[in-house]
Amino acid sequence: MAQQLKPGTGPLEFGNRRWLQSLFAATIFVLYLPILVLIAFSFNEQNRGGVWKGFTLENYPKAWNNQSIFDAMVNSLTIAVITTLVATVIGTMVAVMMWRFRFPMKPAYEAAMGLPIVIPEICMGVALLLFFNASGIMNFFSHLIWPLNLSTIIIAHIAFCFPFVAIVVRSRLVGFNKQLEEASRDLGANEWQTFTQVLVPYMKPGIIAGALLAFTLSLDDFVITFFTSGPETVTFPVKIYSMVKTGVKYEVNAASTVLIIITIVATVLAMKLQSPEKAGH
Amino acid sequence: MDDWKANARAFWTLATPGTIWLVIFFLIPLGYLLALSFSEKAVIDGQVSVNDYTYFTGIANYLRSLNPDIISIFIRTLWWSALATAACLLIGYPIAFLICFLPERSRPLALLMIVLPFWINLLIRTYALKSVMGTRGVINTVIGWVGIGPIDMLGTTPAVIFGLVYVFLPFMILPLYSTIERLDKSYLEASLDLGATQFQTFRKVTLPLTMPGIITGVILVFIPCLGMFLISDELGGTTSWMIGNVIQAQFGASNDWPFGSALSFVLMLLTIIVLVLQWAYQRKSKGVGAG
Repeated sequence: MAQQLKPGTGPLEFGNRRWLQSLFAATIFVLYLPILVLIAFSFNEQNRGGVWKGFTLENYPKAWNNQSIFDAMVNSLTIAVITTLVATVIGTMVAVMMWRFRFPMKPAYEAAMGLPIVIPEICMGVALLLFFNASGIMNFFSHLIWPLNLSTIIIAHIAFCFPFVAIVVRSRLVGFNKQLEEASRDLGANEWQTFTQVLVPYMKPGIIAGALLAFTLSLDDFVITFFTSGPETVTFPVKIYSMVKTGVKYEVNAASTVLIIITIVATVLAMKLQSPEKAGH
Repeated sequence: MDDWKANARAFWTLATPGTIWLVIFFLIPLGYLLALSFSEKAVIDGQVSVNDYTYFTGIANYLRSLNPDIISIFIRTLWWSALATAACLLIGYPIAFLICFLPERSRPLALLMIVLPFWINLLIRTYALKSVMGTRGVINTVIGWVGIGPIDMLGTTPAVIFGLVYVFLPFMILPLYSTIERLDKSYLEASLDLGATQFQTFRKVTLPLTMPGIITGVILVFIPCLGMFLISDELGGTTSWMIGNVIQAQFGASNDWPFGSALSFVLMLLTIIVLVLQWAYQRKSKGVGAG
C-alpha cells in the first residue's frame, strides 16, 4: 500500500463512517423519543394537558385501582397466556408434520398456512367478525362467564399465532440430524419415546422462541382483537384506543409503561434463548 | 423426508389440530367474506334489514368500489405506502449496512436497539407519537422556546407517512441486515482493488447482491402499510383516510358489511398480487438469500 491509512479510515471500515453513525444515532433518537416521553409523563403530577408539573408515582396505583384499565390488562394477559399455550402446541405439531412428511398438495398446504401471516390483519379481522356473527359463535360466547367470554378473541389469536410458531420451530428442525432418530429407534425406543426424548429436546429453543413470539404477538394485537371482541370484553390495546379517542389521563401512560417493561423482558429473554451459544445442539 | 403413508397415524395426529384450526377459523371465514362481498342486505317487508343478507346477488359491491372517491383512496393508500416504504429503505439500508460493519461484539446490541421499539405495542407507540406531535406536545414546546410554532403536525399527510415509517422501519432493517451480513465482503475488496469507486462498487456489486433483502424488506413494509388504519386514524384527519379506514367504517359507523367485505377482498387481492410479483422475481434472481 503506497500510503499509510489512519486506523478506521480503510475503504471497508464503514463502521467508522461519521455520517452513518450520525444517521444511526438520529434514528435511535427519533425511535425512542416518543416512548421515553410517554414513560416520563407517567410520572407527571398533573393528570392531563401535556405540561410537566412535577414528579409523582401516584399514576401507578391509580392505574392499578382503575377497574376498567385493570380488567383490560388482566384480559390481555389471560388471552396471551392461553393463546401461547395452544398456539405453541399446534404450531409445533404442524412444524414437525411439514418437516417430516411428504404429502400430496404440500405446496398448497404451505401457502394456506402462510396466508394468515401475509394478508393484512384487517382482512383477517373482518373475516372472523363476519364468521363469528353468522355462525352464532359470537353470541354464544359473549354470554358466558369470564374467561369464557374471551373465547372469540382467543380463537382468533391462536389462528394468527400458530403459523408463526410453526415457521420458527420448522427453521430449528432444519438442522436436525435424522440419524439421531434412527439411533433412538435402533436402541429400542418407540415412536412416542423418540419424539419426547430426542426430537422435543432438540426443538426446545425453537419452541421457546416460538412461544415468546406468540405471546408478544397476542399481547400486542389490536386490529384482530378490535373486530373479534364481544361487546363487554376489552383488551388493553383496545382500551388505549378508546381512551385516546376520549382524552387520555396519565394513568394510561403508567399502564403502558408496565406493558412496555413486560414486552421488553419477554423480548430480551427470547433473544438470549435464541443466541447461538444457548441454542447449542 | 418420509411419505405420509409410511406412518399415517403420526401424520394424522400431527396434522389434524392445525389443519382443523386453519380451515374453521381462517379459510371458512375468508370464504364467508368472499360470499358476503357478492351479497346485499335483505329487504324484508319493504324494510332493509340490519343483519340479514340475500346472498349472491351480484357484483354490485365491486362496482361501488369503482366509485371515484374509493378509487382515489385506493390510489392514495398505494402512494403513501410506497412513499413510506421508500423512506424506510433510504433510512434502513445505510443503518443495516453500518450495523454489519460494526465490531462483532456490538452488533447484537445495535440490532436490539433498532428492533426493540417494534416489540412495543403498536397502540402505545401510536399514542406516544401522537402526544409528542400534538400542538402542546414536546416538539412544539421545544421549538416554542426558540420562538417557532406551534405547528399543527397532526392531521397532515406528512404526519401519517412519518407514522408509517416510524412503525415499520424495523421490518426493513431486519431482512436487510441478514442479507448484508452474509454478503461476502471480499467481493467489495475485489471491486475496489480493480479500480471501481465506492459508488460504483455499491451500485454494481453491493446493491445487486443484496437485492433479495431489499425485496423482502419492501414487502414486509409495503403490505402492512396497505392495510393500516390506525396510523391514518390517529395521526391523520378525516381527509387522510386510507383504505383500511374505509373498511373499518363499513364494519362500524356505516354498517355496510357486504361493501366492507368487497373492499377487504380487493385489498387482499392487491396483497396477493404484490406477493406473486415477489415470488416471480425471486425465482429468477440470484444473489444472497434473504432468509
